[in-house]
Amino acid sequence: MNLMEARILDELRAIVGDRGLVCSPEELHTYECDGLTNFRVMPRAVLLPNSTEQVQAIVRICYRERIPFVARGSGTGLSGGALPVENGIVISLARMNRILEVDFPNARVVVEPGVINLDVTGCVAQQEYFYAPDPSSQSICSIGGNVAENSGGAHCLKYGFTTTHVVGLEVVLPDGSLVHLGGKTLDTPGYDLAGVFVGSEGTLGVATKIILRIVKRPECIQTLLAAFPSTNEAGAAVSDIIAAGMLPAAIEMMDNLAIRAAEAAVHANYPSCGGLLLVELDGPVAEVEALMTDVNEICRSNDASEIRLAQSDAERALVWKGRKAAFAAMGRISPNYIVQDGVIPRTALPRVMGEIERLSQEAGLRVANVFHAGDGNLHPLVLYDRRIAGQEEAAEVLSSQILELCIAAGGSITGEHGVGEDKKKMMSKMFAEPDLVTMQRVRCAFDPLQLSNPTKVFPTPRLCGEKPGEFVPHPIESAGIAERY
Amino acid sequence: MDAAIKSEPSGLHSVLRYKLIALVGNEYVRAATAADAVAGAQPKLVIEPGTERELVEVLRLSNEAGLTVIPRGGGTKLGWGNSPTRADLILSTARMTEIIEHAWADLTVSVEAGCTIQRLQETLAQHGQRLALDPLWPEKGTVGGVLSTNDSGALRLRFGALRDLIIGATIALPDGTLASSGGKVVKNVAGYDLPKLVTGALATLGVITRAVFRLHPLPLNSRSFSVSAVNAEETQKFVLAVQDSKLAHTFLQSHFSDDAPPVSDILFEGTEAGLAAQETQLRSLAALASVSEAPTSTWTAREELWAFSDPASTAIAKFSILPVNLERTMELVAHSANAHQLRWKVLMYPTGIGWLRLEGKASSLRGALQALRSELDDQDGSLVVLHRPDKMPAFDAWGTAGDALSLMKSVKQQLDPKNTLNPGRFVGGI
Repeated sequence: MNLMEARILDELRAIVGDRGLVCSPEELHTYECDGLTNFRVMPRAVLLPNSTEQVQAIVRICYRERIPFVARGSGTGLSGGALPVENGIVISLARMNRILEVDFPNARVVVEPGVINLDVTGCVAQQEYFYAPDPSSQSICSIGGNVAENSGGAHCLKYGFTTTHVVGLEVVLPDGSLVHLGGKTLDTPGYDLAGVFVGSEGTLGVATKIILRIVKRPECIQTLLAAFPSTNEAGAAVSDIIAAGMLPAAIEMMDNLAIRAAEAAVHANYPSCGGLLLVELDGPVAEVEALMTDVNEICRSNDASEIRLAQSDAERALVWKGRKAAFAAMGRISPNYIVQDGVIPRTALPRVMGEIERLSQEAGLRVANVFHAGDGNLHPLVLYDRRIAGQEEAAEVLSSQILELCIAAGGSITGEHGVGEDKKKMMSKMFAEPDLVTMQRVRCAFDPLQLSNPTKVFPTPRLCGEKPGEFVPHPIESAGIAERY
Repeated sequence: MDAAIKSEPSGLHSVLRYKLIALVGNEYVRAATAADAVAGAQPKLVIEPGTERELVEVLRLSNEAGLTVIPRGGGTKLGWGNSPTRADLILSTARMTEIIEHAWADLTVSVEAGCTIQRLQETLAQHGQRLALDPLWPEKGTVGGVLSTNDSGALRLRFGALRDLIIGATIALPDGTLASSGGKVVKNVAGYDLPKLVTGALATLGVITRAVFRLHPLPLNSRSFSVSAVNAEETQKFVLAVQDSKLAHTFLQSHFSDDAPPVSDILFEGTEAGLAAQETQLRSLAALASVSEAPTSTWTAREELWAFSDPASTAIAKFSILPVNLERTMELVAHSANAHQLRWKVLMYPTGIGWLRLEGKASSLRGALQALRSELDDQDGSLVVLHRPDKMPAFDAWGTAGDALSLMKSVKQQLDPKNTLNPGRFVGGI
């Protein structure tokens, strides 16, 4: 490992104390990857600040010394967003895990970035509020990480994503200065930079305080499970539900392989079938009951063989446990697997599923499918065995081909996991050069030296001030009065 | 200087004018009249490109020639923001009105910036869908204009603001770049969320040429009620109780004024069974207050604020507060209005966003707005002035952008370094 100058290390230690600095090779291994374990880079050091001031002090040193840094929450990300940068440092926000304020009348909660997603709901549940974004990793992932990735979850079909629920941010910019974006009230004057920051994958700075919106729990929640001969019939039922003018809280789909894996892992008591649909409606009791009758009818008319309504909270929890454990459950049926995260317009589902099936057969690899079917977010899981020569490479090729299918269908390469390290090469397949250059110009406004998670998201980093296509320099620049950083 | 580029009476070099005519056609380049003035600034030319490509080229040529550009949709909110420091060209999206794709089964629509909201809604309604937004003057207001001003009404409570409805945008930048971000699918985290950046940016960063929205189904049935209260305190209690209840209301708005007790309107949408149950719950919640079926006209309340008789003695502001400060804010409004001898009217949403009309002498309007802004700033709120008399002494429309202003200026510098678009109209002199 390239040892950091002792002088800088001492300065960093002085900021965070001995306990807040990790620099021994053995301990650094913990931080060499996130939830995407096939990329690994050893950082020079890991800092664990416990206040905004400490984050600022660290970032100021990084700025002065031109040291790249990567902010890290719980490290559960699936696109390598928290992968350390060569010769850079990692700023772990794990110790900044205080819930600073709970304000029921205004439906706001103010948290530090290291707070765990589920703990936000935990602190407001008694008053019957909840924090809506619910990524499957919600019991371990952090709000700071959710902000970086604009995390979704099963219920974002109705309630929206992290960005819908973040109304304000305190951010340490890559030069160490502190800014407040948005606020507790809505529509603060100026550009919606909070909207730009959420989902920027740590490339625009470090969020140190987050103002969240919480939501009142609906009067009733009902969850229906329907078994179909295949995902085609299940998909047709989804289309009919949407066409009937309903906006369910969630619609999830699993194919046979995913059902078998989930059963093996958590015994969710799923019916055995080719396509399983989970439909959740919430709202006033009378409303939900009326609509659930319609959903039932729609499932039946699309050849559902078995329809069950969860009868208790415990049953409902079990249904969701199976779904949320689906990724990890793949370990039960395959030694290795790649989790993919593509999005397609919902109507393209039967066609894209057919194509995935064809590609899977061609490659001789199994693909299990778990979807947020309501919004067309596919999570194909490409199963392989690393011990068999050539399978890992074949799985990676298949995984990329699936994303290309999504792009061709008018969709996206990522619905909720982010681009990170993993998909940056795919960005130029989804966006044209001027699109990416424009995004990078925005980035240059936040991070002119490209220190904050510098190697992620974009396929080819652009130096700030580099001349884009038709760019004309500002007259005062030409005259040497001012310079672009 | 070359004789060919000597100035015309309009002040525009003839070479540039010739290029613009060659680009968009003679009939779509005309001299501006007094009716085209923007908050006191008189532009020279009005140009109506027919396509995205033409638009971006007009913008590039203007930028290159050092001319400033004021983008215009339906022109309904052109007076919002500060007066431009200079206005050379009006870039109108009047010809870019196509609804590119209504993917009704996917609940999305791609639409050109110049399409009016009303025409868009009529098209969407053919498949039982809507853009879940109730902006001002939909018959004239365009997609681009509504986005640039981030206009929202009562529906925001349930469906979010434009930032929550827009899923993709294409923007033309002054250097000739045409950039798309977001996409056609509702769920998408690839790349930066530039649709949010340009929403509410008052076209100071780029010109929105098209947008993609997520849609919602039209409601099966709806029913609305008016609930009267004796004072702001009772209204605040009612509003907070409704917000803290399990009612699934779509709209809730409260009217306050100097001459009548407060009234709140609430709208429910859904199945008949659901509506009946909610009405029962509402009546028990409102308890002592009187509940009556509301007339449908109640939902045009925001436009009615603009139906004032004398623009020279009226100011309109949008303000944002914490919902819990509603009663206190109404007292502040009444107090400032009385102190300055003004008449007042407020429309308030439970999101904390409110709309204020003040009427009286121009100098008094300024005093009241200043006092209110400083009080609201102290409570984490804000106040933005949307209409003010021409004769009112200079008053910044926006208020403070806080410690993020220099970052905002850097973003502006990156995308519009020559300050071509709407110069001086936005926050902090942007």
